Amino acid sequence: MSAGIALFSGNHLHLSEVDFMEKELRISEHPVLDFSPGDKVQFWFEGEPVTGYLGEPVAAALHAAGIRVLRYSRRLHRPRGFYCAIGNCSECLVEIDGEPNVRSCITPLAEGMRIRRQAGEGRAIADS
Amino acid sequence: MLTSDGVPTPRDIEKIRPPDEIRRERPLVWVECFQEIPCDPCHQACPSGAIVEFEDINDIPNVMHELCTGCGLCIASCPGLAIFVVDESEGPDQALVSMPYEMLPVPVTGQMVTLLDRSGRPAGRGEVVRVRNPKTFDRTAVVTVRIPASKVDDIRAIALPGGDVDAK
Amino acid sequence: MLTAEIIVVGAGPAGLSAAAEASHWNAGVTVFDRDATPGGQLVKQTHRFFGSRAQRAGTRGIDIIRILLDEIGERENARIVSGADVVSRYDDGVLGIAKAGHWFKAKPERLILATGAAEKTLAFPGSDLPGVYGAGAVQTLMNVHGVRPGQHVLMVGAGNIGLIVAYQLIQAGVEVVGVVEASERIGGYWVHASKIRRLKIPIFTRHTILQARGKESVEGAIIAEVGGDWAPIESTRRELSCDAICLAVGLSPLVDLMWQSGCSMSWISELGGYVPARDPSMGSDVDGVYVAGDAAGIEEASAAMMEGRIAGLSAAHSLGKVSDEQFGLRAEEIGRELANLRSGPTGEVVRRGLSKLERAPRNSQVLVEGGDSRC
Repeated sequence: MSAGIALFSGNHLHLSEVDFMEKELRISEHPVLDFSPGDKVQFWFEGEPVTGYLGEPVAAALHAAGIRVLRYSRRLHRPRGFYCAIGNCSECLVEIDGEPNVRSCITPLAEGMRIRRQAGEGRAIADS
Repeated sequence: MLTSDGVPTPRDIEKIRPPDEIRRERPLVWVECFQEIPCDPCHQACPSGAIVEFEDINDIPNVMHELCTGCGLCIASCPGLAIFVVDESEGPDQALVSMPYEMLPVPVTGQMVTLLDRSGRPAGRGEVVRVRNPKTFDRTAVVTVRIPASKVDDIRAIALPGGDVDAK
Repeated sequence: MLTAEIIVVGAGPAGLSAAAEASHWNAGVTVFDRDATPGGQLVKQTHRFFGSRAQRAGTRGIDIIRILLDEIGERENARIVSGADVVSRYDDGVLGIAKAGHWFKAKPERLILATGAAEKTLAFPGSDLPGVYGAGAVQTLMNVHGVRPGQHVLMVGAGNIGLIVAYQLIQAGVEVVGVVEASERIGGYWVHASKIRRLKIPIFTRHTILQARGKESVEGAIIAEVGGDWAPIESTRRELSCDAICLAVGLSPLVDLMWQSGCSMSWISELGGYVPARDPSMGSDVDGVYVAGDAAGIEEASAAMMEGRIAGLSAAHSLGKVSDEQFGLRAEEIGRELANLRSGPTGEVVRRGLSKLERAPRNSQVLVEGGDSRC
């Protein structure tokens, strides 16, 4: 997963997000829990390749890769990430395979997904 | 103070400390539970009747230390991780304290560990003499550490390794 | 259209307990749950539960799911449909359900709403920055998906959730830079505070968060002491370095389906917000609609399980599945467990809330003014 740093060492990643990745975010061992992730898959975020695990929420895969800004707010264009992680609050809306307003916190990751940050009400940044 | 930072005062501890007369005889339980909360697994776990049956589920545990064998089965059962067993029968200088441990890596017998008091301040180092982690403890290990007898009132935790529990 | 004797909405501790109880009495039960797997928020509760045997005290929340599912799984008259989001209830009692992009309808003879709660938030400059997360969200990310929220986390709120999640963060290998609590007293159980304090986590009571610092995401937090008037004391401002801020500032009941059903709703702050009127059998004041768990008022999961049992039992009884005598005995048994859970000092807030709710005016008719929902 350290690949996440290398992949995003360019202008995508702000300094704070590099700090944030100072250590692996994936938990490899836990005193109470056993994690059994799905297969490793590649997907695309803002055109860059990222890896995650099949079936985990898109927001979790992005977070583990050091990506926390999921969209920009409608009027003030402020960065937003997830808040509730269980599909209640709609802070984590992204565009997936051309469809805007997808709740990334409860959408299972699939191979080859093309994910973009959402701007405002759902127009993808790349198109603006 | 418990209400403001979770640290019991010496007066709180006074209420739960086993009677002096039997402390040198055998290991005894210190149930550091000071608040009436709805919870009774410690009683359910106690095989010797020392943690008396609750009249009201919110009661503070009532311990009859005369009946306690120091077996420590209650330690892992406590959802609040508030139970310790202190053994002062080894002589005037040394004592053993058994504590719940739910972090990784779990210390191993013979290992020297840094010990902490109830507010997380370093309180010396000690040797791990026993680690119990059977299936019935359900992932709460009970770690017994040899400590100076003068510290039995203080030492209540094992420091996380290097401040970094992510060790492989 | 799908029909069922009982439909339960929500497969958390309350909903699963309702289904387990109702199916025990041979009622046909279908549980709809919007998540991919059942368990509700139990899926991330790695700590041992409080309570007594009836609430599986001493067992970890994650393992209580299996116990409840096993109980339900033994019976042919109960089933759980995951990934099914019940989004509407119409005046004729028909439910609208969305599942995998499709829409279907279902009509139960009895409906049990165990829809749980949503996390509250707190407004302060920077509170919308990525890296400011709900405590429950952090638990989900970390305990369900195995991803740490950050490396250095500030917890806001020293209730049970804040204290428990702080401990779970340490277990996940995260540094907790502190727990901030505006009140002068720790709101959660002291044992939870003691166990993080022993590991050197500072607990800042009488402190508040003033600002989350950062450009694109959290880089730090500014906190300050609060005075007697709850106003921050400027001279005590200080910055803590952290890359995530976790807000454990309470829950609000998820009551959309209760509003839609026309239940009498009252704002009871002790219970977390708007909650439905309910009788001791957990029946709302809409015929055939029962409520249970956090959706009926925020409490501990142990209480939610007991409320679910009562709702399941009552729904089965109203269908004629349980004799009056059996109902009386069992209702008394569960009711006593529930009363015990609430009887101590830590149950005081809930007791006050419930007593307010009992005295609140029934207002279900307000919703249908100018029309009759029953036509």
